[in-house]
Amino acid sequence: MKVAILKYNAGNIRSVSFALERIGITPVISDDKDEILSADKIIFPGVGEASTAMNYLKEHNLDRFICSLKQPVLGICLGMQLMCAYSEEGETDCLGIFNKRVKHFVPPPENNKYGREGDSKVPQIGWNNIYDLKSKLFEGLKEKEFQYFVHGYYVELGENTIATTNYIKQYSSALQKDNFYAVQFHPEKSAQAGEQILKNFMKL
Amino acid sequence: MLTKRIIPCLDIQNGRTVKGVHFENLHDAGDPVELAIRYCKEGADELVFLDITATNEKRKILTELVNRVAKNINIPFTVGGGVSSIEDVSILLNSGADKVSINSAALKNPNLIKDLSHQFGSQCVVLGIDVKFEDKDWHVYLNGGRTKTDRLAIEWAKQAADLGAGEILLTSMDSDGTKEGFSIEIIRQISEAVNIPVIASGGAGTKQHFVDVFKTGKADAALAASVFHFKEIEIHDLKLYLKENDILVRL
Repeated sequence: MKVAILKYNAGNIRSVSFALERIGITPVISDDKDEILSADKIIFPGVGEASTAMNYLKEHNLDRFICSLKQPVLGICLGMQLMCAYSEEGETDCLGIFNKRVKHFVPPPENNKYGREGDSKVPQIGWNNIYDLKSKLFEGLKEKEFQYFVHGYYVELGENTIATTNYIKQYSSALQKDNFYAVQFHPEKSAQAGEQILKNFMKL
Repeated sequence: MLTKRIIPCLDIQNGRTVKGVHFENLHDAGDPVELAIRYCKEGADELVFLDITATNEKRKILTELVNRVAKNINIPFTVGGGVSSIEDVSILLNSGADKVSINSAALKNPNLIKDLSHQFGSQCVVLGIDVKFEDKDWHVYLNGGRTKTDRLAIEWAKQAADLGAGEILLTSMDSDGTKEGFSIEIIRQISEAVNIPVIASGGAGTKQHFVDVFKTGKADAALAASVFHFKEIEIHDLKLYLKENDILVRL
């Protein structure tokens, strides 16, 4: 099986590559369209800022290309947010695969003192659980399995939601539509539970 | 719900784990990657690798180690020690580190925090702050706690958060190595003063100390070295104890 990681100007590509190697897959890392089209599975990773990343994708004509892919595609973190219609981060028009807006976390006003009980810090950094799991992507995982998150923006719940997480409010920690899958957390850094998700994606 | 993180710290010298008392009488304590794998299996949430004798000549040994850790470890890890420029950070991130901790260099040039967070994103910039209580206030220290500065801890933490630091790794020089508990008061003050996570470090000796640093100190994460290294506290047992005390942890 050939797996391609889409190369662009957003970090963590190496982490994703190492994680795939740990489950016995040697991916190609490329921004060459023919190379990507010849892959069976495509990963669209990302750590960074939405408008900078989106500008890069447009300049390299990768925006429409990503939308036209027919193989299973897995967006990770910023990759997932870029697959939505719009992000409040940098007021950015994104790819529009999922008809959702990406919003900034705003702690409830009563949390005016940081560090109190409850969720008050933005971004969310650390391990949180995913539940209401509705996809083959999560086969073999228990409800409320832990995944590692680092993000200051989130996607609301909706018809494409296949996993839910609670931080400040309940939101979509994973989305799916047709061949497009996306996770807000980092399976490549989420121990065995994350590895299971990557293995499941390879079986789709 | 988001859980509290337990972070073992590994002290590194020439690519090997070292252990000593107050950074003296250091002796070789094995391959860092093997120890890191052990911590992962025990349930560590993240790891920190601190190069305690980092110099430019030895940077290559460190980057090789970082690369080996990244290949073998499936949880996030931070690398620190003598990091002073965008180039240093770039090399460590490209070798596979998820985050880099900076300390003295940021204090000398606070704009480094801004530059790093712009270039690589706040999520990978961990600001180390070493503090000591003197003259009725918490002062910031440089160079691994050897040099006193005129900066006050809370003011520096706030400035660093505004400049774009992603997390603060707060070490109390008063508690470090004592095993008598974390410096709860300054940890709580800083955690309440900034809108970014605070990792508490220095003083862990018992499981109850971790309960205290989360409940009273309001820390988002707790870091320790020797209690984990010498198996005085086992990470899984610690997490069970925290859960019994109504603290959310990943089990």
